Amino acid sequence: MPVNVTFDSLNVGDSIPEWSRETDFMNWNRYAAVNDEFVYIHMDDEAGKAALNEQGAFGMGNLRYTYMLNALRDWLGDEAEIRECGLQYRARNQKHDVLTVTGTVTEKATENGENLVRLELNVVNQDGDSTSPGHAVVVLD
Amino acid sequence: MTTEEQIPTLVTPEMEAQKGVWGEERVAPPIEASDIRKWAIASYWPDKPPRLYWDEEYAAGTRYGEIVAPQDFNPFAWPIERPPRVEGGSRQPGQRGMNGGQVETYGVPMRIGDVITSRTRLKGWNERTTSLGLTMFTETEIEWRNQRGEHVKTRISTGIRY
Repeated sequence: MPVNVTFDSLNVGDSIPEWSRETDFMNWNRYAAVNDEFVYIHMDDEAGKAALNEQGAFGMGNLRYTYMLNALRDWLGDEAEIRECGLQYRARNQKHDVLTVTGTVTEKATENGENLVRLELNVVNQDGDSTSPGHAVVVLD
Repeated sequence: MTTEEQIPTLVTPEMEAQKGVWGEERVAPPIEASDIRKWAIASYWPDKPPRLYWDEEYAAGTRYGEIVAPQDFNPFAWPIERPPRVEGGSRQPGQRGMNGGQVETYGVPMRIGDVITSRTRLKGWNERTTSLGLTMFTETEIEWRNQRGEHVKTRISTGIRY
């Protein structure tokens, strides 16, 4: 899947395909292992509660950022360029949450010969709560 | 008046001195194919990750010509030397913190064998009263370049202290 999406095929208001994961220690521990992110609040329920999260251990923000990039990559294809991506952490990722990355095209522009598409993104949980509003800028042919 | 209301500012003289000043550079070990493969498996778990991150033959046919790393790949994981970590954080006003988010801007992709150099500086801060009390939002800029001096990425991280 070199490039799945072209600049001309997109319109402002278009949605990107949703990308979901049910998250628990299987996801968090693997991510901790590769990112060397062993923090007790992400590993131990008692530590999570001590950090004022009643449900115990909770997921790392960086993994939600990864999911956002994965959603973009799966939608765009291997060879499309993601120029910028960002998000804010507004709510915690609780154990067994089903996180879904959503996105909408908000702007198309050609600048300095490049076709830029700006998207509004979010990571929502199974209740539809926004956990991580964000954005991205991608470059398309 | 509470203790929190008595704190006039969370800005320290150390922060004023550090603002805009690049810190010492860090150099990551050369990126290995196995590092990329494991990263991709972990971040796509439980699904199989894209072939670009683990299949040499497939990657050779892409515009990159070889395996590249996912854009969030961290070559600085697992350092030999590391600063002591404070677990659990503080409950004291002005010393409590959380990760507010990040914005990353990308340049060239990371490839097998690349050696990434990082430098960091305190970009600035914004202090205001929120529902948490006096709250400071700090922006830290982290810049990565490869061994050819090419820009790999810039991350602006927002830290929240209250």
